Amino acid sequence: MIYTEKVMDHFANPRNVGTLPDADGVGQVGNPVCGDMMTFYVKVKNGRLTDVKFQTFGCGAAIAVSSMVSEMAIGKSLDEAMAITNEKVAEELGGLPKNKMHCSNLGADALHLAIKNHQDRAAGGTAKIAVAEEAGHEHEEEGEAAEPRGKTGKCPYCDGPVEGLEKLCECGRCHTDLVECPACGLYTRAGEPACTHCGAEIKAEPKS
Amino acid sequence: MKRIYLDHIAATPLAPSVLEAMLPCFREHFGNPQSLHAEGQAAATAVAESREAVARLIGASAGEIIFTSSGTEANNFAIKGLALAHRAKGSHIVLSAVEHLSVLNAAKSLEKSGFTTTLVPVDREALVDPVEVEKAIRKETVLVSVMLANSEVGTVEPVAEIAKAAKARGVLVHTDAVAAAGNMPVDVRTLGVDALSLAGDQFYGPKGGAALFVRKGVRILPLIDGGIQEGGRRGGTENVPAIVGLGKAAELALAAMAERQARMARLRDRLIDGLLGSVDHVLLSGSRERRLPHQASYFVRFVEGEALLLSLDLKGFAASSGSACTSKALKASHVHLAMGLDHATAQGSLVFSLLDTTTAEDIDALVAVFPPVVDRLRKMSPLYTEFLKEKTP
Repeated sequence: MIYTEKVMDHFANPRNVGTLPDADGVGQVGNPVCGDMMTFYVKVKNGRLTDVKFQTFGCGAAIAVSSMVSEMAIGKSLDEAMAITNEKVAEELGGLPKNKMHCSNLGADALHLAIKNHQDRAAGGTAKIAVAEEAGHEHEEEGEAAEPRGKTGKCPYCDGPVEGLEKLCECGRCHTDLVECPACGLYTRAGEPACTHCGAEIKAEPKS
Repeated sequence: MKRIYLDHIAATPLAPSVLEAMLPCFREHFGNPQSLHAEGQAAATAVAESREAVARLIGASAGEIIFTSSGTEANNFAIKGLALAHRAKGSHIVLSAVEHLSVLNAAKSLEKSGFTTTLVPVDREALVDPVEVEKAIRKETVLVSVMLANSEVGTVEPVAEIAKAAKARGVLVHTDAVAAAGNMPVDVRTLGVDALSLAGDQFYGPKGGAALFVRKGVRILPLIDGGIQEGGRRGGTENVPAIVGLGKAAELALAAMAERQARMARLRDRLIDGLLGSVDHVLLSGSRERRLPHQASYFVRFVEGEALLLSLDLKGFAASSGSACTSKALKASHVHLAMGLDHATAQGSLVFSLLDTTTAEDIDALVAVFPPVVDRLRKMSPLYTEFLKEKTP
């Protein structure tokens, strides 16, 4: 089995699936090109998440991640919920296959976007939903939650440490050769014709 | 729970008589076919008989069969070996856009040593137009390679027409028949090809037993240099058990061909109609008419293929998917993209391939379990929610 028992449990019996028509905040990450798409809905009362629902289009890992995030978030204060990271979610699930760490492990990002959407609405904003741009930025402003992952020095595929030169480097854990996209600054697999995050063309590095 | 295995294309079980034929090769007939003593000659005889059987399966003669370790090796051997042997003529190769990666990447590897490749596009059903192949041929073209059948979408390509067009221009033709050979009638003379790849693990033979047909008189450079095995075209001590297993599987496939093909096609059609009739927004992938007898594949809209595959696995059904999430590289299938599909549709790829032992009851059980599986995932899918909203404003 490529997935842990816990992942399969959350995949087979996902918690908190659905939408909240009267949500206080909605956040969406991913798109079908990327493979997975997640929409999170939050209800907030007295600074706490009283309800969290999600819908996910994606693989087994994406569904399990969403379910786990919803379970981890319900009842938490907004600050506590904002502290949930994709890595912690993967940990709670007993780990994810390395190649699923990037594409499918975006549940915390979607949750954070939904919370930001709520905060934005509370401050007078009118956006009904916060959508992450493909580069990992949200529409309204650059947010912590959607911080470009390449610039954190982590491999986008397994979250391992990136080693080597700025432009051409490899992941210290899964040894994927990575290049930095000139447009969005995120790491993408070397040899890809286009950035997997923003779609910008990536010119092959001249061999030295 | 009873398991219903519908992933023939990934692997078939050994036919019991194939295993029986192989076992002595591990024991009393362990000899090296190149040895002159009795032990060696017993092995040599077994290999020779297998070569005859494989040749008969595809209407070739024994001297035209080179045993390889896999379909991938046979494809690499054909592309690299034929292109390099005929380099004096030119360095251009024509392939279809839906070839197996062992063909596409073999050609890509040749590009490093100066070859260029033209990929002929396909239509919505993954069909290659022979006219397009002809248009792609230049005077420096040395090789055309178009697969006989695509395992991912089931489409059977018009290889005989393509070969005719290419031969008229004096260009060598290879076809990757790995998905087709042993499952539908394949005759190298009718097809008019110069080289053809096949693999026994696609028709109840062992993994490791595969072959490349190279027409008599066609020059090919070895991929594996070594001794005099396989007429000096592939070095390395023969994998006698795998070769014997492949030969036995070829013999069985040929004997059962007409009956098996008809039965498979009936079950396939039952599955195609059953699933299309049971759930909305499911598309058949590939051609309905020009189709492998044992393959039924779909795009299930608004859901992702790996999630479908895992859900079916939990219910006892083994299927496959060409979705990006299912692939290790997390990339959409080049076959689906070449067919002009959008990423969201391609993500819903689901592939079933039937075994000789598959029954109508198995098919009906799958058709029964399919709607709730899809329904559960669609209820989770934001794409489906959006679709429903747009439908009822």
